[in-house]
Amino acid sequence: MYTTEQYEGMIAETITLKGHNGDEIHTYFARPQGPGPFPAVVVIHHLPGWDEIYRDFTRKLAHHGYLAISPDLYCRDAHGTPEDVASAIRADGGAPDDRVLGDVQAAADYVLSLPSSNGKVGVWGTCSGGRHAFLAGCKLTVFDAVIECWGGNVIMSQDQLTEKQPVSPNEYTNDLNAPILGLFGDLDQSPTKEQVDQHESELKAAGKDYEFHRYPEAGHGFFYYHAPIYHQASAVDGWEKMFDFLARKLN
Amino acid sequence: MCTMICERAPMEGSAKGRDGWFPLKNANVSYDHPFSAPWEYAVNIDFVNEDRGVGARVAVELSPESAKSLADSIIKALERGEADPQIQISVL
Repeated sequence: MYTTEQYEGMIAETITLKGHNGDEIHTYFARPQGPGPFPAVVVIHHLPGWDEIYRDFTRKLAHHGYLAISPDLYCRDAHGTPEDVASAIRADGGAPDDRVLGDVQAAADYVLSLPSSNGKVGVWGTCSGGRHAFLAGCKLTVFDAVIECWGGNVIMSQDQLTEKQPVSPNEYTNDLNAPILGLFGDLDQSPTKEQVDQHESELKAAGKDYEFHRYPEAGHGFFYYHAPIYHQASAVDGWEKMFDFLARKLN
Repeated sequence: MCTMICERAPMEGSAKGRDGWFPLKNANVSYDHPFSAPWEYAVNIDFVNEDRGVGARVAVELSPESAKSLADSIIKALERGEADPQIQISVL
């Protein structure tokens, strides 16, 4: 818990990582000053891009004592304003799942290689990033904790599958190899309440370590303070749930 | 942007973006989260020319009712123009 007499400092900057296939990608990295050891979180941005709110989220994690690292999943595709880049990605069907997983693995490997790491790393994302976080928890073995916030398209119908998103992530539920925290708004249309119910029942049936929290007055993206969909009470509680979960799983 | 519903239509024409007019190449029409409009979902139309970079973009984000109204208006204007024998569209 932060108290006012504490010294606090952080370094937050763009670095370059070798991501999927060894491609160089930009990555926003915020870490507390000091020798550590610190736990780490890979922060997966949403489909609207590697934008300002994800910079804020990354720094918020560093403020709470985490090595927080957020790769630009669209770095190879284009540069420009986050909205212009994301619009182009949207028209092109999104980022390929295998490429995202390669970039997320590289970010996790990087933070774990640092002398200030405590050897534990979680993964967190919202919206499409929530979907990617769940996918990473199933397909990668590096994570000690997964946080999925309103992951859209975790459950996909056959006609939604594409070359870039070839498998519905829920098909990998049995492969999930880390405890998962899920935060969802009941008013969300993607995922719907029914999809969250199905997601939870599949985790339960597979015997996974999961915690799902539903917010009856929240819709999609209720952490996004820059948008009308922000829901203050749900967001405050959601952040508390996140930090409690991370403290229990990464220390 | 969780729906991934996006239709792409090839375009001929011009659009006025932040750096002035540019020739159009495509219109991308999505039914997904908007950046600015105050709803979870909107009909988002991006008039773009990818050859000029991602910044060559003119964007609107519409309610579904507004999008239908726009589509109706386009069709009505087209029908009136094409029915007028004195109007011929040609490249100057």
